[in-house]
Amino acid sequence: MSTWNKKDLVGLDALTAEEITHLLDTAMAFKGVGERNLKKVPALRGKTLVNFFVEPSTRTRTSFEIAAMRLSADVVNITATASSLQKGETLKDTALNLQALRADIIVLRHSSPGSSNFLSERLNSSIINAGDGAHEHPTQGLLDIFTIREKFGRIEGLNVAIIGDILFSRVARSNIFGLLKLGANVTLVGPSTLVPKRFEKLGVKVRHHIDDILESADVVNLLRIQHERQRKEYFPGLGEYISLFGLTKLRAARLSPSCLIMHPGPINRGVEIDSDVADSSQSVILDQVTNGIAVRMAVLYSCAGGAGIPA
Amino acid sequence: MKKITRITNGRVIDPANNRDEINDLWITDGVITSPLPGKETSTIDASGLIVAPGLIDIHVHLREPGQSHKETISSATRAAAAGGFTSLVAMPNTTPTADSAATITLIKEKAAREACVNIFCTGALTKGIKGEELAPYGSLINAGVVALTDDGHCIQNHELMRRAVEYARMFDLPVMDHCQDYAVVGDGIMHEGEWSLRLGIPGWPRAGEELIVARNIMLAELCDSPIHCQHISSGGSVRLLREARSRGVKISGEVCPHHIALTDAELAAFDSNFKMNPPLRAQEDIEAIIEGIADGTLTILCSDHAPHAAYEKEVEIDHAPFGITGLETEFSIFHDILVHKRKAIDLPRLIALYTSEPASLLKLNRGTLSLGAPADVTLINASMDWTFDKSASASLSKNTPFHGHTWRGRAVRTLVAGDTIWCLP
Repeated sequence: MSTWNKKDLVGLDALTAEEITHLLDTAMAFKGVGERNLKKVPALRGKTLVNFFVEPSTRTRTSFEIAAMRLSADVVNITATASSLQKGETLKDTALNLQALRADIIVLRHSSPGSSNFLSERLNSSIINAGDGAHEHPTQGLLDIFTIREKFGRIEGLNVAIIGDILFSRVARSNIFGLLKLGANVTLVGPSTLVPKRFEKLGVKVRHHIDDILESADVVNLLRIQHERQRKEYFPGLGEYISLFGLTKLRAARLSPSCLIMHPGPINRGVEIDSDVADSSQSVILDQVTNGIAVRMAVLYSCAGGAGIPA
Repeated sequence: MKKITRITNGRVIDPANNRDEINDLWITDGVITSPLPGKETSTIDASGLIVAPGLIDIHVHLREPGQSHKETISSATRAAAAGGFTSLVAMPNTTPTADSAATITLIKEKAAREACVNIFCTGALTKGIKGEELAPYGSLINAGVVALTDDGHCIQNHELMRRAVEYARMFDLPVMDHCQDYAVVGDGIMHEGEWSLRLGIPGWPRAGEELIVARNIMLAELCDSPIHCQHISSGGSVRLLREARSRGVKISGEVCPHHIALTDAELAAFDSNFKMNPPLRAQEDIEAIIEGIADGTLTILCSDHAPHAAYEKEVEIDHAPFGITGLETEFSIFHDILVHKRKAIDLPRLIALYTSEPASLLKLNRGTLSLGAPADVTLINASMDWTFDKSASASLSKNTPFHGHTWRGRAVRTLVAGDTIWCLP
């Protein structure tokens, strides 16, 4: 457990396989805390965590908040509308103010790629990236990988398909970087406008026909089609998207019985995933949510805690 | 009494006159003259140095009027002098934009008081650089502009661009264009490629430049009038220009040092000092641009000196303004890469790309050591290695990606109209 010496988590691209494995192993140790009656350990007692969300989010923020509370940290939530960014203060100045308030950990959600890197180079506080534009969402990547490893006992050699809007997805990027480092075979599936062939330079395969990957997949991770981000030119409409890329019942039936169905949420029932398929026994969508707490506890603890894992 | 300066024993390189020889250069009252042995009132020893016509940068943002927190005419021209430049061509995207005789006059009057090098003005192609209606070229040329451009912006309406070029033709005014198709580029920030995919930063594809370069080639043909394409970044643009020039189309292109010194991989740290427009591209673009410089497709070198205050640049990568400084570093970067390391061109050609070529494009009475020419002279040490320290920069802004870089070759002394305005300490 001596492989971690970073104060920040800005992305999985910057981590080694050993560092990722360290976080996953630490998360495994923390998962038990959430199963207890008394869901709290004193690991971060006396530490102050600021959830600094410049872009709206409920589930990620709540997950970080619960993770911090289970570690006994004090938590403050700041959202963009309440923050000085609306009054013209720069991100750097706002963050320096948070540091001056002695925030030990700043969890940042921001629409700009690299915003967590930007703060991590300028502050002594631990910076945890909770999503920066289309760049990375490392705790989501980690919790997806944790869930896969929990079910299969390994990552190496697994065939993982990530399906949907990859171009604009920070979740996809963190999954790609983490899974490749741990030895998975990653295939990206989606329309050529959202999954350009050039992605293969990152070490993944690119496919534009979902039927090509169904039988061989050990994991299918479906990304939300983000209507709000996409202009009309990326694909003609939801109907065509469902017919070409939706995980319908017919397609789900062709998956291996051991294949995991994942989704980072929030799901659009009937769009990227059929409603019954989302609720099927192969679906681990809610396990992902539960595991998110353990993973975030591991990240907060590793970046801002002491040595060893408390019992 | 006449002021007579004798610059002795230098290698005099004057591309406009095909001159390259060890000789003395004589200056009388600010003008290049014949030798007047024994009459000199001062002597400059140029042994081991190159004696070149004063360098010209045809693409500079002086930021005055209206943006003096970034740069002033005084600070920009001092930075220029330290880079070996004796003449600058100012871009019109000031506040207010340089789209009227009044603003041009204001800049010229301020330059007359505060500039230590020559300032030539461009006027805007369209009112307010909005790309909607033509600026008054007639009064702009009366106020003394040497070219027209909407630099920083690009006229998207091809019909309006056609009429702009056609109307400018009547005044024999060169049109320069920042080549960017807005629809294709969208909110792009960096070269669209492997790195933009990896970093999740919106891509600015090569095609966004090439489409407008192609448009400009077609309009230059249609109007039989010259168009100069600014800051070429894409290898595809070089190929388009080469083909068009081989057919005699009046089209030209310029290159900035960062586009052959750095690639898009530099954005990995999300440092906005690597964010400029057009963006840093791939190694294959660098190769194509160097080839284009070597074979004469690209005829002008410049900086696109674009100072911004630290607080403006030190923000999220997508919020930061485009642009970097360049006046003090450009000559050394180009010399180091093109002449010293890659041997793509020789030293006289490098000097031509900074003197006779821009002077010829914009019909400036500069860029030569001909008898009777204004005595703008740059002394260059081509074998000197030096390391750039941005804290020592004369520019008000320090937004450079080149801090700590070492190059071979630099200007060591700059003379404007016979007077030394800067000398390497």
